[in-house]
Amino acid sequence: MSSNKETFGKTVGFVFIVCLVCAALVSVSAIQLKPLQVENKLLDQQTKILEASGLLATTDGSSKAIKATFAKLVDAKMIDLDSGDFIEGNPELFDERRNSRDVTKSDKPKDDIAGINRRSKDAVVYLVRNEAGKVETVVLPIVGSGLWDLMYGYVGLEADLNTVRSVVYSDHKETPGLGAEVMNPKWKALWPGKKIYNGAGEVKASLVKGGAKSGDIHGVDALSGATLTSNGVTRTLQFWFGEEGYAPFIAKYRAGGVN
Amino acid sequence: MSSEAKKVLTQPIVDNNPIALQVLGICSALAVTSSMANALVMTLAVVLVTAFSNLFISIIRNHIPSSVRIIVQMAIIASLVIVVDQVLKAFSYQLSKELSVFVGLIITNCIVMGRAEAFAMKEKPGVSFWDGVGNGLGYGFILMTVAFFRELFGFGTLFGIEILPLIQNDGWYQANGLLVLPFSSFFIIGFIIWAIRQWKPEQVEKD
Amino acid sequence: MEHYLSLLVKTIFIENIALSFFLGMCTFLAVSKKVDTAIGLGVAVVVVLGIAVPANQIIYQAVLAPGALDSVLGITDPTQSIDLSFLSFITFIGVIAALVQILEMVLDKYFPALYQALGIFLPLITVNCAIFGAVSFMVAKNLTLGESVVYGIGSGIGWALAIVLLAGIREKMKYSDVPNGLKGLGITFITAGLMAFGFLSFGGISL
Repeated sequence: MSSNKETFGKTVGFVFIVCLVCAALVSVSAIQLKPLQVENKLLDQQTKILEASGLLATTDGSSKAIKATFAKLVDAKMIDLDSGDFIEGNPELFDERRNSRDVTKSDKPKDDIAGINRRSKDAVVYLVRNEAGKVETVVLPIVGSGLWDLMYGYVGLEADLNTVRSVVYSDHKETPGLGAEVMNPKWKALWPGKKIYNGAGEVKASLVKGGAKSGDIHGVDALSGATLTSNGVTRTLQFWFGEEGYAPFIAKYRAGGVN
Repeated sequence: MSSEAKKVLTQPIVDNNPIALQVLGICSALAVTSSMANALVMTLAVVLVTAFSNLFISIIRNHIPSSVRIIVQMAIIASLVIVVDQVLKAFSYQLSKELSVFVGLIITNCIVMGRAEAFAMKEKPGVSFWDGVGNGLGYGFILMTVAFFRELFGFGTLFGIEILPLIQNDGWYQANGLLVLPFSSFFIIGFIIWAIRQWKPEQVEKD
Repeated sequence: MEHYLSLLVKTIFIENIALSFFLGMCTFLAVSKKVDTAIGLGVAVVVVLGIAVPANQIIYQAVLAPGALDSVLGITDPTQSIDLSFLSFITFIGVIAALVQILEMVLDKYFPALYQALGIFLPLITVNCAIFGAVSFMVAKNLTLGESVVYGIGSGIGWALAIVLLAGIREKMKYSDVPNGLKGLGITFITAGLMAFGFLSFGGISL
């Protein structure tokens, strides 16, 4: 190392230039790619919601078709979970994960069976219409602890707000091959037609260890080798369709129907 | 390509493999090898970052004041990793979701830092670039081998294409549950090292 | 209180940063030949993680997180808010490097005995991906300041525990007859794999 490059001024100048170049490189790439990233994220969410409503199969799976179908048939609405009423608000800016960390926007569930610690006071529900404009499916976001971490997903209900159209998980960290089988199409195919509530209005939907009996209208097979993930899914459903979840919303709109 | 460039490109793959011999950059080798696709993307990312960080550092090697050497290298590597991460998020959202924090962890992947310090600070830009590519590929070689075994025997697929039909999907193959779990890569890497050292006994460690 | 305690137990055992996420593997495998050294490095990692995770949490939430600068810049429309999260990698690595440097100076000045014991490990820690990984996970998990303190210390203890255990096994293993090709690195990989297997049994403990 020659001594001439060790002067203080040169060092500072050099570091400054390196910082400048790096900063320019990083900022340009970040800003250029930002719109694409935002779109990807949105597309991922829309794909899951369409899947939960059973409409994904009607599109050709291309991003254009998904966006068009979503824009035409899906109506995102904010609700207040405690009262079950629709409220004003921009669903696009709603972030459940951020809200549930914010003490002013969330509260502690009395009976935290889903293991979520705090629950956002508001939620977004997706009303999925048919071509004639009638609500056919209501997609409700759910979250609850699995074996390793929180699992995020959507439940699609038919217009009676009781019959399940699908249960779709979007984000989880369960063990591959065991708990991660929640993503397996064969397991997902067990859900359509199951009822969440029994006649008395109790939440009965659950995962049955050892396999659901044929004719069981509430239960589906538990995931083999993943008892704790299965219990997590059952508790998540019990929480979100119970009084602290969507029950007030469902009770209000079940009779009159949603539109 | 000159013979020197060829040498630095091929040597790290078996003779002087960064993972098997130099114990560098193992962290991500374990966590991202559950599928060939993940391993391939990770390999590409590491090859790009190592090659370009070597190139840039080598270009300015005669101007870097030695007192701030490490932090300058860090800044260059971190910027490159951010660019790679941003590109991945923009063009391959699903993969970036699966690789999660591990793309960011390339910053602390000792291979990148190690090559910058040990090679690029001394050698010319051209040859440094190829050294970076070679070391990235050496890392990728182990990564892809591990991923090959894990995906084939753990999920019955390669690059997501079904090779061994699983029992769950009405096939005949009972998936190996051990290989599905991340720590199985410890065993696989251990055995790869064993195989390489049987083949090239000069790499065996003395007590 | 109960919440913090369960987070601590979770980060030490269930989500052990070395054996479940495989972070800090380079040093984990390279510096685990002797129990004494392993303890020294382990303590240093606990200290650095305990400071680095909360420090980065404050910086992330105050400056980098989407919308964090709104109140300072007087932005009220959420669609206009500034998102600097793409700068997080470079910020974190800078903060970690600076912290390690400061810690080294403070120890040297005020606790020479401790500096003697830990000093040599501190520079190693800057590139230890356990630190960077834990900071990235802190962001991914969106922890509060209090939680991040617990998370940092917990993951440090978890890592220290793992490396001390591995060093203990390796000291005993000196007396065993290992096949030539597996000596050293190979058998260490396999041992670490078996340890990770053991730690897997902590999974699913509900707290």
